[in-house]
Amino acid sequence: MKRAGFASRWLPILLLVPQLSIILVFFYWPAAYAVKSSFYLQDPFGFGQTFVGLENYSSLADSAEYLRVTNFTVVFTVLVTFFSLALALLLAVKADKVIRGAKSYRTLLMWVYAVAPPVAGYMGLILFNQRWGPLTELFGMFGWEFNLRADYFDTAFAMVVVSVWKQVPVNFIFFLSGLQSIPKSVREAALIDNRSASGRFWDVTFPLLAPTGFFLLIINITYALFDTFGVIDTLVKGEPANNPMTLVYKVYIDGFRGNDLGGSSAQSVVLMLLVLALTVFQFRMVEKRIHYT
Amino acid sequence: MNTMKITAAAAAFALAGTAAFAETEITWWHAMGGNLGETVNKIAEGFNASQDEYKITPVFKGSYEETLTSGIAAFRAGEQPNIMQVFDAGSATVIGAQGATVPVQDLLSENGVDFDINDYIPGVRYFYADNQGKMIGMPFNSSSPVMYYNADALAAAGVEVPTTYEEFEEIAPKLKEAGYIPLVQTHLPWEFVENFHSRHNLPFATNANGYDGAEGTQILVNSDEMKMHFTKVKEWLDEGYFGFFGTGWDDNQAQFEDGKAAMYIGSSGDFGGLTTKGMSFEWGSAYLPYWASITDEGYQTFIGGAALFAMSGKSAEENKATAEFFRYLTSPEVQYMWHRETGYVPVTTAAYELAKADGHYDRFPAAETGPKQLMLQAGENTRGYRMGFYVQIRDVENRELGRVLSGETTVEDALATIEKEGNELLARFAKTQG
Repeated sequence: MKRAGFASRWLPILLLVPQLSIILVFFYWPAAYAVKSSFYLQDPFGFGQTFVGLENYSSLADSAEYLRVTNFTVVFTVLVTFFSLALALLLAVKADKVIRGAKSYRTLLMWVYAVAPPVAGYMGLILFNQRWGPLTELFGMFGWEFNLRADYFDTAFAMVVVSVWKQVPVNFIFFLSGLQSIPKSVREAALIDNRSASGRFWDVTFPLLAPTGFFLLIINITYALFDTFGVIDTLVKGEPANNPMTLVYKVYIDGFRGNDLGGSSAQSVVLMLLVLALTVFQFRMVEKRIHYT
Repeated sequence: MNTMKITAAAAAFALAGTAAFAETEITWWHAMGGNLGETVNKIAEGFNASQDEYKITPVFKGSYEETLTSGIAAFRAGEQPNIMQVFDAGSATVIGAQGATVPVQDLLSENGVDFDINDYIPGVRYFYADNQGKMIGMPFNSSSPVMYYNADALAAAGVEVPTTYEEFEEIAPKLKEAGYIPLVQTHLPWEFVENFHSRHNLPFATNANGYDGAEGTQILVNSDEMKMHFTKVKEWLDEGYFGFFGTGWDDNQAQFEDGKAAMYIGSSGDFGGLTTKGMSFEWGSAYLPYWASITDEGYQTFIGGAALFAMSGKSAEENKATAEFFRYLTSPEVQYMWHRETGYVPVTTAAYELAKADGHYDRFPAAETGPKQLMLQAGENTRGYRMGFYVQIRDVENRELGRVLSGETTVEDALATIEKEGNELLARFAKTQG
């Protein structure tokens, strides 16, 4: 077999330059700048600065509020990831069985995907409105005085509901295509071996969905950590006060609202490390445990 | 024929070009949305029409915080506007960055515009001044916390407007019985912390409320007076004498507009908006209440809202244009128009007198509360505060006080936390100035 190659050594490099320079300018340079800023306390206008070493990091470690935000972020990520995946899987399994009107059902289940996170947040604000929100009124009928933005738990509840609702369609699409790629012969064989539908699901379908599931797990963790920013921003109206927020939102609040460049940079470096760890974990798992074929 | 047309067009174009070139153009970044933004545009149009040497272009940049952040980013890129609107909590940031702005007092005197700080209303004068009393930022949309009341609700309960919190405690049960939430507020830090200190002439921070410099400034909120106030507020909330609907200003104000809350503490600048809401009840405004147990007579409050800062790094001509714009902006007629349309206080005594002479306060007595409150007796702690990273300190205040009201923490713990985290932020800010 003849190896395809370039005549000149420089041509491939030349072709890579645009892509590499974009990565360099928009990813590495800002990341390096954030690392540098995290060692300083700097006047926002750029007139004065003091090198403070690791102080920005140590004050994060000492901060009760940062710990609280971290705890919330963990709980929020677990809840959003679990419910987004579980609901989507349930819907996908059910939708897979529907024969009549299957396309309409699937389209209806998918189109929330097109809603942008801030718009989803606004819909949450309307549904959970303190004065006339339909869901607030519904909860009121059951004796739950729902108080969005005044009560920590109620706001957290609304954040999880809106974020899950927004994410279910993506997972649904992937699960459904995952289900449909399971060979018919396998399913038929399973039908002979096991008459219980739930038994067949857990023994055969679920393991075969594992690659999709694992991929979605990573996607959903990333979503809950980072992409829910718009939902949170609109639900707390840019001012969290006693309401919960995630780590990413705190970077924004301290950096962009509070103009604390050093502290906010240290927080973003912490998040960079988190993403790095998540990526390493993903590659390790993909290579070792999960079999795609 | 065609060539002639083109030549004529080119000549006309060139002429128009030179005409435009003679005008010095300046930009003004502001955070005034909605109706306020339209009034800002009206001021700019008025200035542009009043002369033909200068042209100002106002640009809406979003919320106060967004405007400050985009202004900072623009400054670092050398693309700053001539005038930037910065809000009260951000003033230490912009004033601390010496060299970012041209003090408005210097700008005016260098460009031959008469300036006397005593022309300004007492509560307005020194908030945006340095420790020498030199005005750095031009107070623009200035407001102070006042209390609005639903006159029908008070009549239904058979009570009078309270001037002190003690009086409020007496009438609150009657208002509750009449089916109202007696009181709501709209901004815990501004109304119950910052101006609480001014209204009672209590020190809010060391170093003369922070005006003497960022180094070593400490916030003083963990006091007996603050503990007493918030213990009471929490009691009122539990008794149903007080309503709390989160940090959102509008969420709380809406309770008053809906006729559910009998009284609300808001901004004198709410006046303009309230007149357009078509509320079905009679309403008016009164001074921000005070505790008679702390002071026999209430002191003046200071201004909230925002000021206009002249950014540095601009040509002499543009600075001249900025100075001329400030001359126009502070003229009694423009101030009166701004006051009438928006409810923000006029910043000069002359403008206040003009509004009075014109009968504005006979027509709208509620509009006079703000300016009058800013002219009450002054004390050593009433000019304002200057604290760095105050946006974040406010976030801490909102968080901890909100947690008090939702029962997640105690008043003692919350105030101790605000003081601890506030002082950490102040110490950090002092280092950014190094």
